[in-house]
Amino acid sequence: MTKEDARADATRLLADLATGLASGDVQVVDLTHRLDPDFPIIVLPPEFGQCAPFRMEEISRYDARGPAWHWHNISLGEHAGTHFDAPIHWISGRDLPNNTTDTLPVQKLVGQVCVIDCEAESDADDDYEMGVAKIEAFEVAHGMIPPQSWVLMRTGWSRRSGADYINLRADGAHSPGPDAAAIRFLVEQRDIIGFGTETVGTDSGQGAHSDPPYPAHYILHGAGRYGLQCLANLDRLPPMGAVLIAAPLKIRQGTGSPLRVLALVP
Amino acid sequence: MADPLPPLPEPVRKDPQKKTRTALIPPLARSRLGMRLGAQAARGRFHLPHCDSCAVIVWPPREACPSCLSDLQWRAADPHGKLIAETTLETSPELYFRERVPWRVGTVTLAGGVPVMAHLHAHCRVGDKVELRLFLDKADRAVFMAFADTDSPDLREDIQLRELTNDPRHRRVLITDARTPAGVALAAAMTGAGAKTVFAGVAEGWKRDAAIERLEGMAGVSVVPLDLTDTRSVEELCGEIGGKVDILVHNAEHVRPGGVMAGRGIADARQLHDKLVFGFMRLAENFGPVMRSRGADGVNAATAWVNLLSVYAHANWPAYGQHSAAHAAALSLAQCLRGEMLGSGVRVVNAFAGPLEQDWHDSVLPPKVTPDRLARDIVAGLLAGQQDLYIGDVARDVAERFEDDAKLLEMELAGGGQ
Repeated sequence: MTKEDARADATRLLADLATGLASGDVQVVDLTHRLDPDFPIIVLPPEFGQCAPFRMEEISRYDARGPAWHWHNISLGEHAGTHFDAPIHWISGRDLPNNTTDTLPVQKLVGQVCVIDCEAESDADDDYEMGVAKIEAFEVAHGMIPPQSWVLMRTGWSRRSGADYINLRADGAHSPGPDAAAIRFLVEQRDIIGFGTETVGTDSGQGAHSDPPYPAHYILHGAGRYGLQCLANLDRLPPMGAVLIAAPLKIRQGTGSPLRVLALVP
Repeated sequence: MADPLPPLPEPVRKDPQKKTRTALIPPLARSRLGMRLGAQAARGRFHLPHCDSCAVIVWPPREACPSCLSDLQWRAADPHGKLIAETTLETSPELYFRERVPWRVGTVTLAGGVPVMAHLHAHCRVGDKVELRLFLDKADRAVFMAFADTDSPDLREDIQLRELTNDPRHRRVLITDARTPAGVALAAAMTGAGAKTVFAGVAEGWKRDAAIERLEGMAGVSVVPLDLTDTRSVEELCGEIGGKVDILVHNAEHVRPGGVMAGRGIADARQLHDKLVFGFMRLAENFGPVMRSRGADGVNAATAWVNLLSVYAHANWPAYGQHSAAHAAALSLAQCLRGEMLGSGVRVVNAFAGPLEQDWHDSVLPPKVTPDRLARDIVAGLLAGQQDLYIGDVARDVAERFEDDAKLLEMELAGGGQ
């Protein structure tokens, strides 16, 4: 196929996609929580620095401060709400090229997505850890995870709110996540773009006690892969065949960013 | 022995057809010397002007001794005396008293024969030995009140005394950061002092802990969502309960060690100021106007706004330098609020404490203020109608040194002292 032929194919492909979007045959699903002051953020020991939650202050509201317009100042941490983790977020990824939100290759921000359904296991066990066997079972049922895909772990956690969502006990948070071997398998054997969860982090609530600590963060970002967390509506995605759009804000030297995550679903 | 006073009437629900009474105040005008008496009352002192040469109390206060022209010294005086005359006001050209008559006042002679005018507690009779106390009235100006027996169990039933104090009984109290050890202790102390309801403000309710469970288990305590760093949260709570807050206790804390150069960075300082300084402003913008409008709203009128402040608001303690700075800003706002509340009948009370017995002061040597002591002293300060409270040995020591020589205190703290 010549370059011209390839370009013509791509043009037809995009036209078909646009037609599908216009007709509704291709659905756009919002995988994002509302940015809300009450949305839980990750809980760290208080002697550590803390991620600022989302806040909003009125600048004017059609009043003496601005007669015809209404606007706000907002403030929040890079890792508040539904957000993207860039490789520089973790110490393992700090020296990689193009590891920040302003330098990462945008080609990787749109890609196919595989959704592994772990709802039953997470319902049964708050501390469920997805292992390689679960991924292999997924592939037996739905086919091999293609290279350069996003993989999302569906747990139903986004339907929880408040105290149930963060699920704190005296020994820390309890929420599901992947184990170290699973993440290593996805990165090394399946060459994924990134990994996403419905919980407050890509790691399980007790991930600090794994080897290595926070294995998803450590392994993903050490290999230049991305993370997505606090996702919603994963039950509206097929196991395979959807396309994910996850573009963080272009923050100078940003380690991550709140964002609107969308999926194109057949 | 006087007959026991009948209990104060329990406030009834408001008649929605009746106008809320306008907060009127007693006469404001005072000379600077009169204000100096107020400055004693504000701190719960009974200090009067003495002439050391003549060995007398000079009354009324003057610039110098009328006998020998010596400078006068303001210091503690014996508050005991004798009630020699009394009268009951049945009417008054002053609108404030006009609404409140009958009102008993009298003349008390102190040791040395100094006669002063005083409001009278109901138990006082002519000829009684009485104890005088200095109070700030609703205009934040000094007045004396005479008591026949300050230990009498029905002391707080006196309506004239209730006008001068900020008694929590029958009142509804908002504690703005109830999850802290001090917050929990304050909730218990306020209900213990007869508060009708304690609204216990709790941020991030999704973080459950033992403090929330304790608050939920207390009779008369209602846990409410309140995040002082979130403007909308403060607005929403004020919308719900603003008209029912008679005493607001702003006890938010965010203690972190560190100074300006070897501190914990801007992100941490921003959190600190967001809670202590901007949090104060969010409360003032929302709850302030409602409380100001309810300063004469019956038995449970809005009466006090209490700030828990570090005594190092007066002078920076570099070991906790950022914390001192935030409290200095909060103190400045509290002084501003006092000005804006003047005439409303709502007293702005500053409760200063040194290091508290809590996790973030674990490397500070005692003495430290326990949460129970803090809460008890704040309630006692409200019952005494004080404006400035210094709680615990460290706070009192720092305050004395500040009053003695602010520059010297600054140098001592900068040199590693506490």
